[in-house]
Amino acid sequence: MTLALAVDISLTLLVLAVAGWIIAVRDTFAAVIGFVAYGLLLALIWVRLAAPDVALTEAAIGGGLTGALLIGAAGRLRKTEAATRAEYPGVLIRTLAAILAVTVAAALAVGVLALPDPAPTLAPAAVASLATTGVGNPVTAVLLAFRSMDTLLEAIVVLLALLGVWSLAPDRAWGGYPGPRHHADPDGILAYLARFLPPIGIIVGLYIFWIGADLPGGKFQGATILAAMWLLVIEAGLADTPPISRTWLRVLLVIGPLVFIAIGFAGSITAGAVLAYPEGYAKPLIVAIEIALMPTLVLTLALLVAGTPQRMPPQ
Amino acid sequence: MSLVLNIFTIIAVLAGTFFFLAGTVGLLRFPDTLTRLHALTKADNLGLGLVVMGLLPQAEWPFDVIKLIAIWLFTLLAGATVGQLMAQAARRGQPTP
Repeated sequence: MTLALAVDISLTLLVLAVAGWIIAVRDTFAAVIGFVAYGLLLALIWVRLAAPDVALTEAAIGGGLTGALLIGAAGRLRKTEAATRAEYPGVLIRTLAAILAVTVAAALAVGVLALPDPAPTLAPAAVASLATTGVGNPVTAVLLAFRSMDTLLEAIVVLLALLGVWSLAPDRAWGGYPGPRHHADPDGILAYLARFLPPIGIIVGLYIFWIGADLPGGKFQGATILAAMWLLVIEAGLADTPPISRTWLRVLLVIGPLVFIAIGFAGSITAGAVLAYPEGYAKPLIVAIEIALMPTLVLTLALLVAGTPQRMPPQ
Repeated sequence: MSLVLNIFTIIAVLAGTFFFLAGTVGLLRFPDTLTRLHALTKADNLGLGLVVMGLLPQAEWPFDVIKLIAIWLFTLLAGATVGQLMAQAARRGQPTP
């Protein structure tokens, strides 16, 4: 017990130290690397808190995907970084920012510490109604049955983020290929990895997606792995990103939210409430939504990392 | 029998952590990129290998054992690949010695 406590305390101190370092360090790239380490450490803390679902998502999205996005952003900012540093904010602004940040942190701390002990929880209610949904993982039941509105909006938010990235495309490249065309040595180690790893990665990704019904896992974590495999093949120059004007791409991008919304509205007729599932059909409908969301999420996450359209298809 | 296995686990995991410690010291102390990469990948390969080997007698046969070995093999693959890529990038950035 005391050994576990020592590990928990060291982990907490380490996360706090990394967080402080990310804020203090001046170089953007170093801060991004710190953020990736921070995400992985946070995933370990979620494991210690017995929340493997959150840990998987934190490692995949918080550490992996967000890290990749931020590394790309840091690379683009490198040219203007010296100029940005020259106009460093004055003492007054920094003091005000520090006061604001400390106030928010203090308010959060007071809020958390003021919670009654034991904290109010809906967990017993969620577990009690688990059988009506037909899924075995209470987290999946919450995400896709009890609070499915949140999951629907999440899927739409990542799609809107992708539209935001696309809207930064110059006019001449609209409808073209996202990101640069990668060229790697076809006999090099990256091309080798991009041939060797995806078959295994696809199986692991689909397994994590499928197991999400009963055990920790789910579509976001699985989709991140599948997106990573696709990006690996693209980075190794073995394949290219699809032009964003392709109809199949646009159909797959909206099919997940559309199926979700259709099933949701069908619920208002068959089950008496929007996003409610008729008696006995909860599990198949949840699986249908997850399968429809999967391609949307894989494409959205991968294309978010790939970036804005930059090149037109050859005429 | 379980006592022998437990002692084996403790020795192997301790040896593994020693390689992680040595790799970290090397990463911090070695003079150039290539030697630092060498220290880092040694920690992954040998350190994690010994930790996994030590945990094998404690894991449930067959799936947990296979998963542990698979984790080590994937780390080997990732470490070797990333080490090569970083070394290539470092050589490209510097004049050849």
